[in-house]
Amino acid sequence: MKETLGVYDYWPYHNRPRIQWPNGARVAFWVAPNIEFYELDPPHNPHRKAWPQPSPALPGYTIRDYGNRVGHRRQMDLLDKYGVRGSVSLSVALCEHHPEIIDMVAERDWEIFSHGIYNTRYTYGLSEEQERDMIRDSIQSIYRHTGQKCAGYLAPALSHSEHTLDLFAEVGSELFGDEAGFYSCDLFHDDQPTPVQVRNHKRFISMPYSLEMNDTIVYAVNKVEPRHYGTMLKRHFDRLYEEGKDSGTVMCIPTHNYQVSCPHRMRAFEEALEYITGHSDVWVATGREIAQHYLAHHYDTALADIANKNGGAR
Amino acid sequence: MSLDKHYLDYPMRRYGHDHDRFDWNMLADRRPVVWPGNKRLAVWINTSLQFYPLNQKGIPFKVPNGMAMPYPDLRHYTLRDYGNRVGIYRFLKAFARYGIKPTFAINSQLALDTPYLLEQLQATGGEFICHGWNMDHLHYGGQDKHEEAELVKRSVQTLRELVGSPVRGWLSPAKNQSWHTPDLLADNGIEFCCDWVNDDMPYRFRTEHGPLTMMPLSTELEDQFIIGQNLHSEDAWVEQVKDAFDFLLQEAEHQGGRMLALNIHPWMLGQPHRISSLEAVLDYISRHDAVWQVTASEIVDEFLKQTGSEAQS
Repeated sequence: MKETLGVYDYWPYHNRPRIQWPNGARVAFWVAPNIEFYELDPPHNPHRKAWPQPSPALPGYTIRDYGNRVGHRRQMDLLDKYGVRGSVSLSVALCEHHPEIIDMVAERDWEIFSHGIYNTRYTYGLSEEQERDMIRDSIQSIYRHTGQKCAGYLAPALSHSEHTLDLFAEVGSELFGDEAGFYSCDLFHDDQPTPVQVRNHKRFISMPYSLEMNDTIVYAVNKVEPRHYGTMLKRHFDRLYEEGKDSGTVMCIPTHNYQVSCPHRMRAFEEALEYITGHSDVWVATGREIAQHYLAHHYDTALADIANKNGGAR
Repeated sequence: MSLDKHYLDYPMRRYGHDHDRFDWNMLADRRPVVWPGNKRLAVWINTSLQFYPLNQKGIPFKVPNGMAMPYPDLRHYTLRDYGNRVGIYRFLKAFARYGIKPTFAINSQLALDTPYLLEQLQATGGEFICHGWNMDHLHYGGQDKHEEAELVKRSVQTLRELVGSPVRGWLSPAKNQSWHTPDLLADNGIEFCCDWVNDDMPYRFRTEHGPLTMMPLSTELEDQFIIGQNLHSEDAWVEQVKDAFDFLLQEAEHQGGRMLALNIHPWMLGQPHRISSLEAVLDYISRHDAVWQVTASEIVDEFLKQTGSEAQS
């Protein structure tokens, strides 16, 4: 086990080279709906229990199924209304289970990125080869079902190994060269994209995917009231919009439709979306679009600045 | 030590759900249901009446809201008992005031042990749903099938004999089931179940003994969930129920009828400082003319009448 993660360098938030988003936008705003499949009878993993009760663990399983049967459609209507194309963090087995949802995502020209095969199959305990196979399966399945070359990765149920980012970058390169496997949502250290070092030395970045704004963390872990979540989203946006005058920032709302699309929570989410998209200098984009822009225009200056601030070490 | 290679086998990776209890479809795609009188929102007010034993065994887990301290946990035992002695009478007064047709999900042991309470509940003309034997008799994966069969039969038969009418619905303690629970329910003549919280409308559910109707009884909106587990204020509970109500009404305008399933507990909302919150919700609901406020069975019957044979899945 390592004491430090060691995949990015210390790089202070102030005095960075300025990020310029298209059309002078201050904030690149993206919404990442997690479209997940949790299994009714998942296999045992000694490192993490899938459910608190013996299978069938209906309390957890059935509310997640609510997301698929009821919630995604509500969110699609809402994102359509406010002109937001989602960037879907997908439990890839959903391509087989619920292809109708995948079709609706494709019709909307949304992005799909990998969130593993099932959200009840953890990375913990997998050998490097097993994890590589699982990631390869996910990228290939996304391509087979949608023609998309998967750009991003969020490890299933946020379960990681020391090689998760390396493997994702490598499998992306193996299958589609630089067109796949170039951003990670698994790091929460910054409000701007940052370069990440991976084993194959590919141009690879971390994309801000805020856990603090993640509805499951907000509702299920921090037990926040729905209206207050709306307030948090607005405050989060206000500050990033303000700071974005000087250098472009990224705001992400990661959602789960078994949380945010419950009837008692829709209003707060809609108010926040209306507020954010009602600002003129917002670039409403997908994860891939933000990552590509950053890689094309800011990645090299970022690397140079990081090296400079760390005494030219890298 | 790596996991067994079979950890990445996916035997149920296929079209539809990873079980065969019902077919996969999305709420937004189903044929719209129109409630009687052209109402848009069916409101089912479900009061759960529960007995939490002092000598809780906690098999296979400690039931939420049950005993939490070393034996004898007088604190939780009596706080829960409060609901059946005091809180419920505040509920009944509120139901009468706002003209609510109540549904009572009751533990059969509680019905057996408190005939006066049962009589008062019956006097409301409300519906009774079997809520299992008591809150420490859980239905769970790995439970002996014969033991569970006896438990279901005893719970259903006891309540039927006591209330003198067919008990048609079932709510498992903690909404927990074994793999066999739905089959055992159907075998005992139960017609609908409230445990699977995956929809905002009823739907049909397969068992070995013919179909059940699933009546999803929202957990996320429960008083014990919002106030008890999430530690939100009573006012926040009222606001959330109203927001849910408004949203479902709005959705029903263009997608067909919806159902608001509100599960409440007299040990929670029956406290003096909380009862006005229940009254605020009932007041809000009862004012609205697009609301069809009825018992669970009335919703099931109307749903089946309108969806008929297509509801077979």
